Amino acid sequence: MSIDKTSAPRHRAVDAPEAAEGAVAAVDPRLLVQEQGFGGYVTEFKRKIKAGELGSIPVIVGLIVIAVIFTSLNSSFLGAGNITDILVQMSGTGLIATGIVFVLLLGEIDLSVGSVSGLSSAIFAVLAITHGMNEVLALILALVSGAVAGAIHGFFFARIGVPAFAVTLAGLLFWSGLMLQVLGPSGTINIPNDNVVYKLENYFFSDVAAAYILALVAVVVYFWASFSGNRKRQRAGVPFRPVADTIMRTVLVAVAAFGVAVIFNQYKGLPLAVVIFVGLLVITDFVLRRTTYGRKIFALGGSVEASRRAGINVTWIRISVFMISGGFASLGGLFLASQIAAANQGAGAGNLLMNSIAAAVIGGTSLFGGRGRTWNALLGVLVIISIQVGLGIQGVAAPIVSMVTGAVLLATVVIDAITRKTQRSAGRA
Amino acid sequence: MTATPVLALRGVFKRFGAVQALTDVDLEIHAGEVVALVGDNGAGKSTLVKTIAGVHPIDEGVIEWEGRKVTVDRPQDAQHLGIATVYQDLALADNIDVVGNLFLGREIRRWGVLNEVEMERRSRELLDSLSIRIPSVRIPIASLSGGQRQVVAIARSMLGEPKLVILDEPTAALGVEQTAQVLDLVERLRSRGLAVLLISHNMADVKAVADRVAVLRLGGNNGVFDVRTTSQEEIIAAITGATDNAVTRRASRTAEVQK
Repeated sequence: MSIDKTSAPRHRAVDAPEAAEGAVAAVDPRLLVQEQGFGGYVTEFKRKIKAGELGSIPVIVGLIVIAVIFTSLNSSFLGAGNITDILVQMSGTGLIATGIVFVLLLGEIDLSVGSVSGLSSAIFAVLAITHGMNEVLALILALVSGAVAGAIHGFFFARIGVPAFAVTLAGLLFWSGLMLQVLGPSGTINIPNDNVVYKLENYFFSDVAAAYILALVAVVVYFWASFSGNRKRQRAGVPFRPVADTIMRTVLVAVAAFGVAVIFNQYKGLPLAVVIFVGLLVITDFVLRRTTYGRKIFALGGSVEASRRAGINVTWIRISVFMISGGFASLGGLFLASQIAAANQGAGAGNLLMNSIAAAVIGGTSLFGGRGRTWNALLGVLVIISIQVGLGIQGVAAPIVSMVTGAVLLATVVIDAITRKTQRSAGRA
Repeated sequence: MTATPVLALRGVFKRFGAVQALTDVDLEIHAGEVVALVGDNGAGKSTLVKTIAGVHPIDEGVIEWEGRKVTVDRPQDAQHLGIATVYQDLALADNIDVVGNLFLGREIRRWGVLNEVEMERRSRELLDSLSIRIPSVRIPIASLSGGQRQVVAIARSMLGEPKLVILDEPTAALGVEQTAQVLDLVERLRSRGLAVLLISHNMADVKAVADRVAVLRLGGNNGVFDVRTTSQEEIIAAITGATDNAVTRRASRTAEVQK
């Protein structure tokens, strides 16, 4: 939600009173209003840095640093093949992290996502491959199993009042046990390459047009949404962004979208995994910021009492958020199974849980509830997978990768704590 | 002043277990009138407010709304009648902006999607009409001062177009300037023809904006005073019990010692 990018008054705080006739009446003269033009962005940016409103800046700076370091060590790091691999590999963990963002917005935690993701891949493999069930039906049942697991956690948390930490810790143990039970003695079920789940991470739209058309659609939709939104604001007499601002943002989006499209087309084409992941991020971001349901989640993360008094069904929102978290965990689990073309006993174990939570937090989602966006999951997981892949190219062993990821997470949380302090002193906490 | 009060309580009793919280309480509030409800800690102010707001249903007695007898058993009942309550803890979500908080739980939607433009426009209208000045309707509540939060909470209660607004200690935690802002707002509510029930500990605030003062003492009525013709000392005497306050106790004690 952009706050200060208003265009109504064209002056600085000092000479505000004289502009009363054209300006919107309710603007307080003490309010800092952004200047027009490029200079306005620079002063606005400086003010935000001073006030500790860093937003995604630390993550983006971090990504640039990672890219520079690994490219200097090995020039193929930024090659089309490697970038495509990173973007495809991140989608599994990224989807799990997307679900985690929802739970973190409530100020809660879900420790079961790793086990739930493993359980879903096992359920899918047993149903579709061992028992020969229809693939799509098996996929839907696998996703439902995740949502049901989430609903159970949500029920114990919201209705019985058990701390989410404890409920999902129990879930972590229980679901991983159930996964082993479902897989049976063989332990590993291979997924053949004509299977729908195999295609999740291994299908590429090889036609060059696919990536470009999708990029074009994204840019046009983005431009139209912000242009018409601002025109509506202008007509209603509330502060709006000037058209130049909209155009500048659209150009940035276009550069990013077509840049990625070019990279994809230099390699195997547009990966299905990225389309699904980014598509779900667009949908979840819309749900969180533009619907009453999303508003209720934010309200609950800000103040449970305020939400209750506003007539929000606290229990249902909590249960539904854990269902979303479980559902995304299952989907992520299927993506990860697709990556190794098998459902095995190791699924959902190891660093997966910690990486998903770390991705959400590194991306900028607050651990204390009420602050964050699902796009944070994308940025965070990009950092984690880039480090893994980059260190992998250098032949660095797994223990070191884990240590580096830990250090990055600590750095993020430290930055978060420091900016919070600055924000508090700048009155924006 | 209209003849029929907006809200009238007649002979209200409320008991919690062994505690008789309210005993035979009468109270009348008219449109365009600010009634201050004062009393010592434990006098029953909060209980009385909660019975009106529907949080605690009354045990005995009658609640009349615009002259007819009504039952207020749930908070929703009170809201439907047109009673808005602003509690001391305000119940605002810190992380959401002013517009979001004003419309929390009653968002305006268009095709199922939040209509932010319309909500922002109406928020500005509402805040303007109450002459509330805040830096922007798009900043999170966390960046507002205590007084600004209080006026936002009061403005929020106005969205339901109530006829009676109950303010629970609106100035308790505020500084001088912020208290003045809130008291100005209370006067504006009155000039709009609303009935206001103001719970306060602060005699200066009460003297400044209230028309009448209803005193509760030990769960029962202890007088209703016209603010203009009553001195602060008389009200305090009623709050503490005229013959039973610190001064009289000390006086009687010194008298005993001297004997």
